[in-house]
Amino acid sequence: MPDQDEPDWVDTVVNGVRHEEVVDARTTLADFLRGRLRLTGTHVGCEHGVCGACTVIVDGAAVRSCLMLAVQADGAVVETVESLTDDSASGELTPLQDAFSRHHAVQCGFCTSGFMMSTTAALREGPVTDEAQAREVLSGNICRCTGYTGMVAALLEVGSDDQH
Amino acid sequence: MKPGRFTYHAPRTVADALAVLGEHAGDAKVLAGGQSLMPLLNFRVSEPGHLVDINRLPDLSEPVRTATGWHVPALVRQRAVERSAALSGAFPLLEAALHEVAHPQIRNRGTLCGSLAHADAAAELPTVVTALDGRLRIASPRGERTVAAEDFFVFHLTTALADDELLLGVDLDDLPAGTTTSFHEFAGRRGDFALAAVAGQATRDATGVVTRCRLVAAGVGSTPLRLRAAEEGLLGARLDDSALAAAARAAAHEARPTGDVHASAGYRRDLVATLTRRVLADIAAAVPTSVPTEELTHA
Repeated sequence: MPDQDEPDWVDTVVNGVRHEEVVDARTTLADFLRGRLRLTGTHVGCEHGVCGACTVIVDGAAVRSCLMLAVQADGAVVETVESLTDDSASGELTPLQDAFSRHHAVQCGFCTSGFMMSTTAALREGPVTDEAQAREVLSGNICRCTGYTGMVAALLEVGSDDQH
Repeated sequence: MKPGRFTYHAPRTVADALAVLGEHAGDAKVLAGGQSLMPLLNFRVSEPGHLVDINRLPDLSEPVRTATGWHVPALVRQRAVERSAALSGAFPLLEAALHEVAHPQIRNRGTLCGSLAHADAAAELPTVVTALDGRLRIASPRGERTVAAEDFFVFHLTTALADDELLLGVDLDDLPAGTTTSFHEFAGRRGDFALAAVAGQATRDATGVVTRCRLVAAGVGSTPLRLRAAEEGLLGARLDDSALAAAARAAAHEARPTGDVHASAGYRRDLVATLTRRVLADIAAAVPTSVPTEELTHA
C-alpha cells in the first residue's frame, strides 16, 4: 500500500545499473537499497547516523544511507559494497578487502561493508600514510568486535598504494 | 525505527519552497543536509506532514564573495567549507571547529546553515558563527530579513525562524586587521557534541592591547553563550597571564551549564575556564596578521 496518491519516483544508477522505481517518500536510501534492490551488503545499524554501517558512496562522497531518503538519490550515482569486486562468484577480493582479511580487521562482519565504503572513498581522495590519518578516516564507523588496530594496519598497508 | 508518513516536496525555486512552507506552516520541515533532521524523523521525534527538500534549489551551493566578507548559502556542505581555501583562509575558526563536527561522512551531507537552523546548543557551528558575529538571511512570503546570530538562537533547538521562513544563508564579515581566532573543545569521544567548547576572536592594536574581543561557549547554556564578562575584562588589556586567568574565572562564573549523564555542571564549568584560557593563550601566542582580501578572493 503506497503512502501517497502522488507517487515519488527515483531514477538512480546503483553500481552501474540504472533503476527507475516508485518509492514511498519516507523510504530511506538504506532501506531502498536493501529492500527494493536486494543489495543487502549495506547494513542498517543505529538509523541515526552514528554507527556508519550503512555508509555508501553517493556522487563520489561517502554518506550515511540511513540519513538520506531514496527520493533524494534521484539523478545520483550510488555505489555500495557490492560494487567493490567485479565478480563476486570468483571470490576475488580487492586489495583493501584482502588487507582487512589478512589483518583480522573483521570479526562478525556487520560493520565491515560500512568501513569498506568509508575507506574506499577516503583512499580516492588521497593516500593514507600515517596512523593518525588512518584513525581519522575510520572514526566515522563503529566496530564492536575487533577494535581498530587491525583496520589501521590494513588501511596503512594499502593507503599509500598508487592503484587506489 | 522508520520515519512516519509525510508528503515530499522538492521545489526548484525559493518562491516555490516558500509557497509550500506557507501553505503547510507548522506541519512542514525543511530538509537540507538531513544530518540532524533525518535522525529525528527516523526516531519519530519529529513527524511533520510535509517535508520540503531544498536540495534542488539553484544557486545555494557555492560560497559567494560579498563587499564585506562571505555569504555562505543554505546548501554549502560542511565538507565544502572545510575544503574551500578561501573560506578557511578568511575564517580559520570555521575550519578549526569543523574538525570537531562529527565525521567526514556526516560533513559530506551536512550543511553549515542546517546546523544553524537545527540550533543544538552543544553544536560547534552555531557557536562559531556567533563568535564571528554572523548574520542570517531569512526569506518568507513577507520578504527577506536579516537576523544577527546572537538573536537567532533562542533556546535548545529553537531559533528565530518562523514556521513559514527559510534560512537562505549566513553572512560573515572579514575579520579586521590584527585579529586572531581560536577554538577549543572537549568531548567524550572525537566527533561527539561538545561537553563544552569555546570559540574566540580578539583584535589587538600594535602594542598588543585588546581592542575587540568575542568569546562564545557551547554546551553550557540553552544557546551559544556569549561570555560577556570575560570579554569586557579583556578590553584594553594585554593578553598576559593575569588577564587570561581573570577571563577564565569570569567565563566559568557566567557559564550556565546543567549536569547530565555525560558530565556534571561543575565539571562543565571547569571546562569552560580551561578552554577559555586555551583559546586566549592561542590568541596571545599568535602574531596578529590579516590576509589581504584580494588574496582570499583568488585563493
